[in-house]
Amino acid sequence: MSQDTVKRDRPWLMRTYSGHSSAQASNALYRTNLSRGQTGLSVAFDLPTQTGYDSDHPLARGEVGKVGVPINHIGDMEALFDQIPLDQMNTSMTINATAPWLLALYVAVAERQGVDPSTLEGTTQNDVLKEYLSRGTYIYPPVPSVRLTTDLIAYTVENIPKWNPTNVCSYHLQEAGATPTQELAYALSTAIAILDAVKASGQVSEERFHDVVGRISFFVNAGIRFVEETCKLRAFGRMWEELTQQRYGVDNPKQRRFRYGVQVNSLGLTESQPENNVQRIVLEMLAVTLSKSSRARAIQLPAWNEALGLPRPWDQQWALRMQQVLALETDLLEYGDLFEGSHVVETKVQELIAGAREEMARVESQGGMVACIETGYVKSELVQSHTRRMRNIESGELQIIGVNCFQETAESPLTAGDESGIMKVDKKAEEQQIASLRSFRSNREHSKVEQALHLLRAAATDGSNIMPPSIECARAGVTTGEWSEVLREVFGEYRAPTGIDIAPLSESASEALIVVRDRVRKTGKELGRPLRLLIGKPGLDGHSNGAEQIAVKARDAGFEIVYEGIRLTPSQIARAAQEEGVHLIGLSILSGSHMELIDDIFIELKKIGATDIPVVIGGIIPEEDAKHLLQNGLKAVFTPKDMDMNSIMDAMVTIIRKAHGLELSA
Amino acid sequence: MQQSDYKTSVDLAAAVSKGDRPALAAALNLLDDQRASARSKAAELLAQLQLNQEFPDKHLIGITGPPGAGKSTLCAALISVWRKRGLRVGVLAVDPSSPISGGALLGDRLRMQTSYEDDGVFVRSLSSRGQFGGLSAEVWPMSVVMLAGFDIVLIETVGVGQREADIARLCDTTCYVAQPGSGDSVQFLKAGILEVPHILVVNKEDMGNVARRTLAELKAALNREHPDGDWEVPVLATSATKHAGIETLADVIHQHHNALKAQQKLVSRRRRYQTYWIHKRLQEEFGSFGIERLGGEQLLLTQLEENELDLLQHYESLRARLNKV
Repeated sequence: MSQDTVKRDRPWLMRTYSGHSSAQASNALYRTNLSRGQTGLSVAFDLPTQTGYDSDHPLARGEVGKVGVPINHIGDMEALFDQIPLDQMNTSMTINATAPWLLALYVAVAERQGVDPSTLEGTTQNDVLKEYLSRGTYIYPPVPSVRLTTDLIAYTVENIPKWNPTNVCSYHLQEAGATPTQELAYALSTAIAILDAVKASGQVSEERFHDVVGRISFFVNAGIRFVEETCKLRAFGRMWEELTQQRYGVDNPKQRRFRYGVQVNSLGLTESQPENNVQRIVLEMLAVTLSKSSRARAIQLPAWNEALGLPRPWDQQWALRMQQVLALETDLLEYGDLFEGSHVVETKVQELIAGAREEMARVESQGGMVACIETGYVKSELVQSHTRRMRNIESGELQIIGVNCFQETAESPLTAGDESGIMKVDKKAEEQQIASLRSFRSNREHSKVEQALHLLRAAATDGSNIMPPSIECARAGVTTGEWSEVLREVFGEYRAPTGIDIAPLSESASEALIVVRDRVRKTGKELGRPLRLLIGKPGLDGHSNGAEQIAVKARDAGFEIVYEGIRLTPSQIARAAQEEGVHLIGLSILSGSHMELIDDIFIELKKIGATDIPVVIGGIIPEEDAKHLLQNGLKAVFTPKDMDMNSIMDAMVTIIRKAHGLELSA
Repeated sequence: MQQSDYKTSVDLAAAVSKGDRPALAAALNLLDDQRASARSKAAELLAQLQLNQEFPDKHLIGITGPPGAGKSTLCAALISVWRKRGLRVGVLAVDPSSPISGGALLGDRLRMQTSYEDDGVFVRSLSSRGQFGGLSAEVWPMSVVMLAGFDIVLIETVGVGQREADIARLCDTTCYVAQPGSGDSVQFLKAGILEVPHILVVNKEDMGNVARRTLAELKAALNREHPDGDWEVPVLATSATKHAGIETLADVIHQHHNALKAQQKLVSRRRRYQTYWIHKRLQEEFGSFGIERLGGEQLLLTQLEENELDLLQHYESLRARLNKV
């Protein structure tokens, strides 16, 4: 049968999650990607933009343009979409705490382009609840945050009807350790929390409410166990259909469809033998494409070298080509659902649904998702699951090629060469961004800015919808930091539970752990008091898996642990280390800003007279940087390659012994 | 500056009294240190700090109550009030430790959200170090160091059983924070399991009716006259998250301090409590048998109370005696 006689399904939206350095540089990248056959845009914002700081804020140091594009004001947003007509674009924005603000800027840019905002198409992630559990770019406490989410939904359903106002994320839950059952339960419980809040806000009429339900979309993860993942997506579809009908009385099948986009799993990507990540990514993509009835609407794939550092344009192109080969070369899109009638698949789907229902009931009985985030219940459950996963990797029960088996390898040509296979962000990007921000600030009409901020504060206080004054702010030249600061003043800031206060896993301790525990105890005795460790996450990066796992493991190894969660300043970390009398500081940094942050920590330790405390780091640290850091006084660098946490514990004890002049062999 | 940089205990004590942060850290590390060389230095330091100083204007406050009552948030709110009043605050936060590994997550620091960049606040976390229920013995000498360096010293811990009793025998003023909706606190008070605190607080006032009911129950259950005499136990409602009632609580805490001073009870009580801790430490280390060998509890306590100044040195000599036999 020749291809042109067969009716093929239309392929999904193909995106690449990207953005870096500056609005201009990202714009050039987007236009290249679009010319190479990418069919939608997925904007990655840098951490200061996601957490509501301008590029020149002290907390933004080292983070500007690192994991995404910095957007400070309408000028940046305009440059980002230069020569990209917004009425022809479908844009997905990964933005949460500051989502209303970035959407306001997008609307204001559309106006400047002469595009009618009501025709805009795209997605704001706008799921702040998962930020408290994973990823960490929340700003305000859960209740006012949900109110902002609700305002954006109520506004778009009325004024930008084709917009997907919220993308409920199970993606990051899996990254934080969620099992498929937990992913189902917590994502659906989040959707319930959001929809209930929209309803309670009274901003949307009864008929319109069904449109809201119909516009809720999901952002899902797909891991390497691709058969189970396929079943998970079928379970999602069925549970959503049922939930929307039973809980919200939606009858229109179109409004009850489980619509989702996907980024496949980053958690399972390895630093060792990184070329293996290519086949991992392809297999994971199968989970969300094979079955027609639960196929993704949009897919973005990570690059093979994500665990090494920032991907280059070529790496991203490779990821895009994987999708194109599957969609355009293979015969996948010629068939109906491949799993229809499979008993094996059906049994697994039923099992997942039953487990998820049970967990959802547990959440509901504790007051729903928001309450379970405030009490730390969900976070602790995730930390527990992740701890179990790490233990299975350690014991070899869970095999990861190149990590805990088949480690021997020939030298890879992919990571050879001057660039070591990753992208280097131009160090000047931050300086240039700050200079352009300052000139923008001095060239705007201050009375207009003041007036717009006044309206914003009034709306935040009296509870009216936040979008109209935000759009006013965008037009007036307000900055990201100013918008967020007004809301900080009204709503306050929040520190989420860390979830690490879980009971030690009941199974007996492994041989290796017992050995380390003895050494910890013995060294503590020799030093006169139990060993104390401060775990710190400086900077804006909120990926806290590593910090949490190290904290739990170190507690089980007998350390006394001080861990205050994400987003602390170097000065706060140094001061806490001194106050608590710790023997070692362990830092976790994944955003690429390690050079600046480590420098700052050393400066702060010196300032307070605590340079005798040794410092180690864990994170995504390129080899060249690691060498440099070790020369500057850092005592050890741990990367994703160091999967054996007992060895990390042991290394930390050795560093403490060395710092106190104790015999090293003991 | 490192611990070894303070040449003598006189230097270290002087720096601590000035509120010097590296010195405070070094002094607390020293008091935690169980090595023999450190213990004699620690005794010297404590004697030095208490030499001619009784800190009557400083205030040692205990905050205790069941888990989940919102103690840490309440502490954070109180700290901000005290800072606004220009008072320097030292905190000792006690968390339970794992009896198996000996490890501990010291989480109160996070819950208190006090990583201010403020030289007027200093938080040291402590694990209970396997003392089932009770406070570890280091808390007492550490509280002396903190008193030397700060205007207010706050000791915060989950209060159940022995730990709650220990707090009551350490602090000038004890605040018990009750959990709204849980009848436990009322039952404990009635049954006399709970030592009567100087101030009772129902936090989470924002929980509405539930909180009001608990407040009423506590008021009814309580004999308002404190067994210490001359103090009527106030029952207050606060909401740490909404910052309601915190100023009043700070005022009432201050009134209790003034009452103790006016009645000339403050210093004598602190001295009596010190003997309790020394007795407790000896008992933990040598058991009842050891206490008997020193002539029994009664004699020991009397001797300790007579020795005014360098209690820790006296304690070290008692230890030496017991170790020799």
